[in-house]
Parts: sequence; C-alpha cells; structure tokens
Amino acid sequence: MDNTRKEWMLNALIAGVLLAVPLWAWLANEPFIITLATRIAILAIAGVGLNIALGLGGMVSFGHALYLGVGGYVAGIAAHHAFHGTPILGLSGTNQMLPIWAMAMLLSGALAGIVGALSLRTSGIFFIMITLAFAQMGFFFTLSWPAYGGEDGLPIFVRNQFPGLNTARPWEFFLIVYGVLMLALALFATLRAARFGAALMAIRQNPDRAAAIGISPFGIKLVAFILSGMITGLAGAMMADLTRFVSPAMIAWTMSGEMIVIIILGGVGRLFGPVAGAAILVGFEVFFGGLTEHWKLWLGLVLLAVVLFARGGLIGLIAGRAHHG
Amino acid sequence: MADPVLDLRGLSKAFGALKASDDVSLTLNKGEIHALIGPNGAGKTTLMGLISGKIAPDAGQVVLDGADITHLSVARRARAGLGRSFQVSSLIPEYSALRNAMLALQARHGHSYRFLRPVNRDATLRDGARAILDRVGLSPRATIEAAMLSHGERRLLEIAMALALTPRCFLLDEPMAGLGAEGTARLVTFLRALKQDAPILLIEHDMDAVFQLADRISVLVYGRIIATGTAREIRANAQVRAIYLGEEAP
Repeated sequence: MDNTRKEWMLNALIAGVLLAVPLWAWLANEPFIITLATRIAILAIAGVGLNIALGLGGMVSFGHALYLGVGGYVAGIAAHHAFHGTPILGLSGTNQMLPIWAMAMLLSGALAGIVGALSLRTSGIFFIMITLAFAQMGFFFTLSWPAYGGEDGLPIFVRNQFPGLNTARPWEFFLIVYGVLMLALALFATLRAARFGAALMAIRQNPDRAAAIGISPFGIKLVAFILSGMITGLAGAMMADLTRFVSPAMIAWTMSGEMIVIIILGGVGRLFGPVAGAAILVGFEVFFGGLTEHWKLWLGLVLLAVVLFARGGLIGLIAGRAHHG
Repeated sequence: MADPVLDLRGLSKAFGALKASDDVSLTLNKGEIHALIGPNGAGKTTLMGLISGKIAPDAGQVVLDGADITHLSVARRARAGLGRSFQVSSLIPEYSALRNAMLALQARHGHSYRFLRPVNRDATLRDGARAILDRVGLSPRATIEAAMLSHGERRLLEIAMALALTPRCFLLDEPMAGLGAEGTARLVTFLRALKQDAPILLIEHDMDAVFQLADRISVLVYGRIIATGTAREIRANAQVRAIYLGEEAP
C-alpha cells in the first residue's frame, strides 16, 4: 500500500474516531467527554490555520494566538453588547455565530495582512520574533483595555446561537465545530492541491528558484498568511463560545507555542496533522494532568522525541513521507 | 543588424573597494550563444546577479528586447523573459521532475493565485511538462523526486525549467559543472539546438565546450570585459592568452 493511500485511511480513521467518541458520550450521557472532543476540534481548526502558514509556506509564526484572540474577543464583545442591549460603533451586538464568525475572520484576516506585510520581509529567527512581538502587543492591549474586562477577561453569559440547533447542548455544539473542522480541512486540501499550494510549497523549499521562474514569493506568502490568520481567528470565536469566556491568556505567547506544538506533534504540513496533534495535546492534559501537575514536562519529552526521531509527527510515523506526485 | 535581445549597458557594482563589475557592456543577439569566461573571482557571479536581478547595480542598465528591466525584481524579470539556470542545481527538492517542470509552466501560463483546481488534473500543465521533459530526455525519470535525481539529471532539469518559461533569452550559469565527458558532449549538442529557441548567455568553465559552442566569447577579468570576439579571435588575443588561457591550459 502506498503512503498516500495509507495517509487517507489514517485520516478517515481519525475523523471517524473524533466523531464516534463524542457520539458514544452523548448516548452515555458523558458531557465532559463531548467537551473534550469539542476542544480538540477547535484547537485542530486553529492548527489547520497555522498549518497553511507553517506547514505549506514554512512561515514559523510564533504569534498566531493573536488571531485566536481577535476571534475570541469578537465573539465576546458581540455577545456582551447583545446581552446588555448596547450598540458598538453604531452596530448592535449579536449573539448569532454566523455573523460573529464572518467578523472574526474579517478582522483576523485584516490584522494578519498588516502583520504579514511587515514581517514577511524578514525570515528565519527575525520572522519568529516579529510575529511574537505583534502578538505580545495584542496581549498587552487587551490586558489594559478595561472596557472589556482587562486582565479579568470577559464572560459570555449565554453561548452564541446557531440557526436550527441548540448550542447550549454539548453534542449539538460539537456537531457545529466538527462540521467547521471538516470544511477547514477540505479548504486546506484544496489549496494544497491547487496552483496556489504548488507555488507556496515550492517557495518554502526554494524561494530563489521560485523567483527565477517568475513566482514572487512575497505575494503568495502574504495571501497564505492572511488565509492562515482567518481560519485561526474563526477557531478563536469558537473557543470563546466553548469556554464562554475570553481573556488576554488566549493571546499569550504560550498559546502561540501550543499551536506550533500541535502541528509538530501531528505532522507539519500534513492534512490531519493538526487534528492528531490537538488530540495528543488534550489527551496528555487530561490523562497526565490528572496524575501530576507537571504534565507539560512529559509532553516536552514527547515533543523532543518527535523532533529527534519522528520528524513527520504522528501522521508521518504511521503513513510515511508525504508525496507531492 | 537587428537590435540585441539582451543588452547590458555599462553595468557597475562595487562591494566596498572591490569593483566586482566595472562598466560591463555586452550584447546577446538572436540565435547566438555568447559565452562569458574568466578566471575565478573575475566577477561572473556578480554579473549573473546583476542580470537576473538578485543584485542591484550601482550604475548601468539591463535591457531585454528594448525594455529597461534594471529595476524589476527577480520574479518580474523572469516573467519578462529571462530564463536562468543556477550554477549549483536549484530545484524544488520534494517535487518530482514532472512537478518541477509543471511549476515552471504554471509560472509561465500566468498567475499562481488559483485556489481550487488540482494541478495534478490540469492536463495543460501535465502534457506541457511531459513534452519538455521529453525534449531534455528526462521523461523516464519524470516521477522521481528532484532530490533523488543524479547530478547530471538535475542539471538537465535546471535547463528544462528555464525552457518551460519559453524565455526571450537563456542565462545559463555553468550548466556543464560536474558533468562527465559524456554528459558534457550531450549537453553541447542540446545547447546547439536550444539557441534556435532563444539566444543563450553562457557562463562556463569548460573551455572545450565554450570553444565548440560559442558564436562569440567575452572575457571578464577583475570585473572588466577585456575582449569580445569569435572563438578564433579570442584564441589569438595576446592579452587573453597571457591573463587567462595561459593559466588554464598547460
């Protein structure tokens, strides 16, 4: 069996398990498990976003928590104004997920455009540091912004609504998140297979060669960075709805690091890498977090092992190297 | 005489006190191979950088088919019709030979901002890329990743990618480097036919190949062109013999 086939079967298996486990939990009345699966799916969406920049484009953004935070605060602020019946910038607040998602993607995309336009002129360690610096600016901005809770954060009293479903029920909320994850994965796979992906992956491997055949690396990378920020922003809006709370912690550099860890654990540039990585991370948190406060030490050891011995992450370990045909 | 395809006018570039390019003027005409030779450190790499756009000149112009391209980026020069190969093979290592050629065709056929249609099912790209690999004799190796190709095959793929751009002129940076006698002979035959597609500015160390191929030769020493002429004229030039050929040939 060739690697591509193996990877598709593994992907189908992961997608199936991620749906089957919460389904079982719903039937068995175990809402905690459903919430865990929802958390995995939301982190995976954020990871799919980062995977476009990092996996396909080789842009190691150490500030993607910024977009997560933008999405989170859009959801929080919209719900806040809807709850209190006060307008914001002439608009009324809303407790509907769809317009919130649209706004979250718009704003995080615009911000990624600005950050990308300024930071993509650098590469390597400088790019990492500049993206981190922008995220830290966002972190301290929300920290010192008393209108929306400052360092205390902003609660969402009632989870935002989705037409036709009751989002207060864990299983129904999970289905929404799962559906969005599948759409995000489909988008990733489509981009990767299209001309855009061919150019983007070529730029990652050899920017000089890409330029010498007439593909300007800057434009392609910027568009990828914006798309990446938008998807991560969407995940942020959902994460705020999951925890019904947003705070500056969502933009902390540790969150940016966690997203990179998710991608490395699952497999950089692999379609289901972020899903596998998010499952490993949350799994560690739950199982080892129950045993010891220092579960991150064990996660660190696993990360070390992956970086040293299994560069393709979990997906690469099972399905072998990726082929581009 | 028709206007030159590529026209370098007084290109200069200094790095500190070192004049890597000193008022270099050179023309490349339709249907010719113009070879650029010179000892190590003569400024060949700098000149290549100036033409391809990697390095900005202090003075002078690069004119391609009558259009001044001096201030265009590397990518825009490539789109304007400059097809280059690199001194050290520079390919997309994880892509197969076919995908490398397809990428060049994709760049040639317009923009890369297409997000939906899979390239693998794009018959225009696939067939076009196959035809180009056929021409350089790489079709049997089409599915092999570039990183796994032999050195000689990588050199050919370099040229195939330049060819896929259907450029106005080729800029080949030591295409023979590291090829054995047999590979060099094959490439000589190939380049002789290639110049009918577009003229070739050839930077090359292999003197036998240069004298077999070149319609004109320019000799670069310390950033200056000290002589330009046919192979016979260059061989007979006393200054060139003293500075360059004397050192190379026993």
